Amino acid sequence: MKDFDKTEWALVIAFPVLLALMVLLPRWLVNYVQISMGMGLVALAVMIQMRAGLVSFGQGLYFCVGGYAAGMADKFLGISDIFLILILAVAASLVLSGVLGLLLRRYREIFFAMLTLAVSMILFSLLSSSHGLGSTDGFNLPQASYLGWTPTGETGTAALYVLTALLTLTSAALIHRFLRGPVGKIVEAIRENELRVEYLGTSAHASVHATYMIAAVISSIGGVLWAMSLGHVTPEMANWTTSGQFVFIVILAGTGNVIAPLVGTFVLEVLRVYAVEVSPNTWQMILGIVMLLTIVFLPKGLWSLLERASKRSLPHEHAQEQSQ
Amino acid sequence: MTHSTLSRISSHWLAATLALAVAPAAMAQEEKTFKLGVVSFLSGGASGPFGVPSRNAAELLADAINNGTVPAPYDSVGFAGTLIEPVFVDEASKNVVADYQRLVQKDEVDAIVGYNSSGSCVAIAPEVEKLETLTVMTACGTSQIFEEIVTEPHYLFRAASHATMDNVAAARYVVEHTPAAVDKLGEIAGINQNYSWGLDSWRDFSASIQVLKNDVGIANEQFPKIFAGQYGAEISALLTARADVVHSSFWGGDLEALVIQGAGRGLFGRTQMVLTSSDTAIHRLGRQIPDGTIIGARGSYNIYAPDSELNSWFRQAYFDRYGVYPVHPAYQMVNAMLGMKAAADKAGEGTEEAIIANLKGLSFDTPGGIVDMALAGGHQAITGTSYGTYKFDKDTGLGTVENIVSFKAECINPPAGLTSQEWIKTGFEGADCD
Repeated sequence: MKDFDKTEWALVIAFPVLLALMVLLPRWLVNYVQISMGMGLVALAVMIQMRAGLVSFGQGLYFCVGGYAAGMADKFLGISDIFLILILAVAASLVLSGVLGLLLRRYREIFFAMLTLAVSMILFSLLSSSHGLGSTDGFNLPQASYLGWTPTGETGTAALYVLTALLTLTSAALIHRFLRGPVGKIVEAIRENELRVEYLGTSAHASVHATYMIAAVISSIGGVLWAMSLGHVTPEMANWTTSGQFVFIVILAGTGNVIAPLVGTFVLEVLRVYAVEVSPNTWQMILGIVMLLTIVFLPKGLWSLLERASKRSLPHEHAQEQSQ
Repeated sequence: MTHSTLSRISSHWLAATLALAVAPAAMAQEEKTFKLGVVSFLSGGASGPFGVPSRNAAELLADAINNGTVPAPYDSVGFAGTLIEPVFVDEASKNVVADYQRLVQKDEVDAIVGYNSSGSCVAIAPEVEKLETLTVMTACGTSQIFEEIVTEPHYLFRAASHATMDNVAAARYVVEHTPAAVDKLGEIAGINQNYSWGLDSWRDFSASIQVLKNDVGIANEQFPKIFAGQYGAEISALLTARADVVHSSFWGGDLEALVIQGAGRGLFGRTQMVLTSSDTAIHRLGRQIPDGTIIGARGSYNIYAPDSELNSWFRQAYFDRYGVYPVHPAYQMVNAMLGMKAAADKAGEGTEEAIIANLKGLSFDTPGGIVDMALAGGHQAITGTSYGTYKFDKDTGLGTVENIVSFKAECINPPAGLTSQEWIKTGFEGADCD
């Protein structure tokens, strides 16, 4: 634990904080914290691809793969054990992203965005027209079980919350390590100048492919956690509007840190809740205005506020960090 | 200011802060209102044809009930004296279930009415029983709710018939009341949206027709995407298929597009069109809907609503406030709210428990006729419905319907204990159509 940096320590401390929130906050707000963690993982996946300059407008694909893996495991195999479900979801997303990555890694910019969107809409259409899976109505999921233990009611909700928090924070910490590691650095270099990366002797394609697969895996974990906590899946998970929402979150939150999209998801959810309350007919306008203001005044997202604050208080330390 | 007033003020403040912090319910108790969550689409493609009419109806009716201006037997104030305080929520959300939990736990509503989409209803149905809050679904059509998802409901009700009724009645209208079409009826075709509503509607309609008349084939099935807006290719396919009857459960903008594009290319002239959810288009399209088209309104609503004091009051009040006449989603919202009022009035108290106990199995009058909570142990409504053929009245410039046939609820709804699918397969066993 000695080589933990500030972000990793923050993630470690976040665990007891999240547990405390579960006890302290009212139930409805805990619900939003919980679903925000599931969705936050997908936003995180969008963020790491954005580091490479790739905007995925189809991250809902793996979100949906995770959700449907959970649903179908119960429906067809009778599995409600969350660990088995997670393994299934991760396996499914690994295989799918491994294959799709072969194609997608060759495209950048708008072409990457459109292709990811297209692939995800294929799944959306397939699921919408499959009657056995409830078509657009989707279907309901069972209560999760944990290695033979099936808690119900309050205990069940609490168990899932603890697991969600644990998995989300662990995934975020691992992603943070990944971004600090060699592939993470290459990915940023690809955004700056891909040709030069190739001249330096590494394969841009391989790095993009790896990033794409990692993004797919954490999205599917997010999908499982989100679907299990809401107890329902629909093809809407793979719709481009869902994917667009994840891009929105990352723009709002910024790509500066792995914590940003997680917090950003929650902020956006709470913002939505109050926007609907204030003006049920035009709440999207409030979100839109916030989005515009963010882009105009905080082009690097809400996270840049924090960075600015720390720069002001610790000018030397920050300068050192930058020079590293 | 004396010391005692100061301390009194501060103790008041303390009490108020405490009340705010721990028990907003205590505050609500003082004012004695019935907080009613109203959920419908306020944005997106379904808001215009469905969501906003149901929201408006809820707003109108809440005011009218609070002022006691609804005609008899609903002319008393509030839910047995308790005033209604509506909270409007947009159903267009990625997290319908979490929003439902919020309404119950944060806004502490006494009950919830609404939900237009079957997807939302399927998602929240188990949650209703978990959170133990009275919820009356108004419009969603899927038969799954009580047949598969919540088989022993206590808190969950639905004040509208499910979609099976629309299509069974449409099939009966075609086979039994449209002699011109039925004599040569050999093949049917359908154009329905590629999602649950469209798929279920077509499945029920085609199965019902085949039960009612032997040797009817299916010439063509089209399932375009929802909100596609362009149906050129599908209309071509239907024109070449030359079916005698073409069924569609399109609604909203898609329906209007189909009517305009299909009528322009002669589809409506060549085959008998059956549009099961098309009353919403009449005021908007007028003469553009070809005469002879079979029109459904998902119940005896709107153009098919009975000539009663309750109905004429509702139509006029709605028109005066919103400038248009109410369409079927508005009627369905009224069904739910009047059912709750009837139950509360019967019990003599406007509480959640009283409404749950008395709404169960209740039969009550609405602008659209009698609603009978007959299925799922008294939690699922059955209503009658009507079909008719379109006739544009050139003198008044208004669309009308003729050859109206009203079907009794028992004729077109499955009996308790039988799922819709099974019931159609048995040849409508036990249907009472006299």
